[in-house]
Amino acid sequence: MWTRLKRLYHKMGSPKWFYEITSQWSPWILLVGSALMLTGIVWGLAFAPADYLQGNSFRIIYIHVPASLLSQSAYLFMAVAGLVGLVWKMKMSFVVAKVIAPIGASLAIMSLLTGAIWGKPTWGTWWVWDARLTSMLILLFLYFGVIAIYNAIENDEMANKAAAILSIVGSINIPVIKYSVEWWNTLHQPATITLTKKPTMAPEMFIPLILTILAFYCWFAVWVFARTRNEILFKERKTNWVKKLLNNDKGAQL
Amino acid sequence: MLMALLKRDLLLAFRARGDLLNPLMFFMIVTSLFPLAVSPDPKLLGVIAAGVIWVGALLATLLSLDLMFKNDYEDGSLEQMLLMPQPVMLMVLVKVLVHWLVAGLPLALIAPLLGLMLGLPNGGFQPLVISLLLATPILSLLGSIGAGLTVGLRKGGMLMPLLILPLYIPVLIFASSSVLAGVQGSSYTGHLAFLGAYLALTLVIAPVATAGALRISLAR
Repeated sequence: MWTRLKRLYHKMGSPKWFYEITSQWSPWILLVGSALMLTGIVWGLAFAPADYLQGNSFRIIYIHVPASLLSQSAYLFMAVAGLVGLVWKMKMSFVVAKVIAPIGASLAIMSLLTGAIWGKPTWGTWWVWDARLTSMLILLFLYFGVIAIYNAIENDEMANKAAAILSIVGSINIPVIKYSVEWWNTLHQPATITLTKKPTMAPEMFIPLILTILAFYCWFAVWVFARTRNEILFKERKTNWVKKLLNNDKGAQL
Repeated sequence: MLMALLKRDLLLAFRARGDLLNPLMFFMIVTSLFPLAVSPDPKLLGVIAAGVIWVGALLATLLSLDLMFKNDYEDGSLEQMLLMPQPVMLMVLVKVLVHWLVAGLPLALIAPLLGLMLGLPNGGFQPLVISLLLATPILSLLGSIGAGLTVGLRKGGMLMPLLILPLYIPVLIFASSSVLAGVQGSSYTGHLAFLGAYLALTLVIAPVATAGALRISLAR
C-alpha cells in the first residue's frame, strides 16, 4: 500500500502522466458529481420541506454552504500543495496550487453573494458584520493576496514559491483570524440577529445538503484537473508529447 | 556579527532621518484627517479614537516596511548577509528589531498625544500605549514576510498591503478592543494576553517564513 502510494506520488510529478491519468479520471468524477448534484438539488429544492421560520428562502443553503465549505478547504489544499512543492520540489504540486487560487476566490465570492441573497429575506439586510460573514470576506482578501503575487512576479518558479510561502503563512493565520473575529463579534454584536445560530436540521433537509457538498467537491476536482491540464499544455508546449497530442487532437476534450 | 549588524542598521536609520520621520508624520496626518472627515464632535471622536489611531498605526507601519530590506537589496549587501555563517532567521530578527525600534516604538510614544487630540477618554490611554508596545512588534514581524516577498519587485509597494493587511486583522481587533475596554472601565488584560500570544506565534513563524521569502527573492 505504502509503496503504491509512493509510486503514485512520483508518477504525479510527471506532467505527462498527470495529464493522461486526470483525463481518464475526470469524466467519471464529473459523472458522479453531476449525479450527486442533480439528486441533491432536486431533492433539496422540490422535495425537502420548507423551513418553518424561513419558508422557502432557506433552500439557497444547498449552494451557499457547499461553496463556503469548499472555499475554505480550497485554501488549505492550496497551502498543502505549496508546502509539498517547497519541501519536495515537486513542480506539479505548484501548478495545482496556482490553479486553485482563482477557483477558491470565486467560490468565496459565490459564498458571499449567496449569503447576501439569503440574508436579505431572513435578516432584512444584505450584509451584517457577523463573524462568519467577516471571516469569509477576510478569506477572500487572503485569496486576493495570493493571486496578486502570481500576477506581480513574472518569473514562474519564483512566483510559485512566493505564493506558497504566503499561502502557508495565511493558513496558519486562518484559525487565529477566525477566532479573533468570532470573539470580536461576541463583544460587539447587537442582539438584533438571532438567526445566526444554525438550527438543527431535519434529515430530509440535511441529506440533500450532504449530497450537494460532495457534488461540489467532485466538480472542484474536475475543475482543478482541467485547469491544471491547461497549464501543463502551456508549460510543455515545446515537448514532443504535447505536439503529438495537439496534432492528433485527441484526448483534448474536457 | 549580529551585534555589528544591529549597530550598522541603527546607524544607517538615524543617518537617514527623513525616512525615519516620514511614517510618524504620516501617522499624525492620517489620524487628523478623521475629525475633518467625520465630525469635530468630541463625543463621537472619543468613541472612534481607538480605531482611528490603530488603523493609522497599521498604515504607517505598512509605509515603512518597504525600507526594511530595500536599501540593502539595492546595494547588494543583502546577498552578502544571506551568505553569513549565522542563520538567516537571526539576521531577519535583527532587521525586524531595528524596524520596530525605528518605526514601531515611535508610534507607541506619539499615540497618547494623538489620543489627546481625538478626545480619547482617560481610561483609554494606558491600554492604548501598552497595546501599541505589544502589537507593533507583531506588525514588524508579519510585515517582514511581505517585505521579503516583494523586495525584488518594482511594483512591490502596492502589493505589500494586499499581502499583509489581512494578516493584521487579529491585531487590529484585539488592540482596538483593549482600548475600548479601557474606556469603558472594564478589564483589558484578556485582550493584551491575546496580543502577547499572537506575538509569540509570529515570533516563531515570521523569521522562518521571511528567511524563505528572502532566499526566493534573491534567487534570480
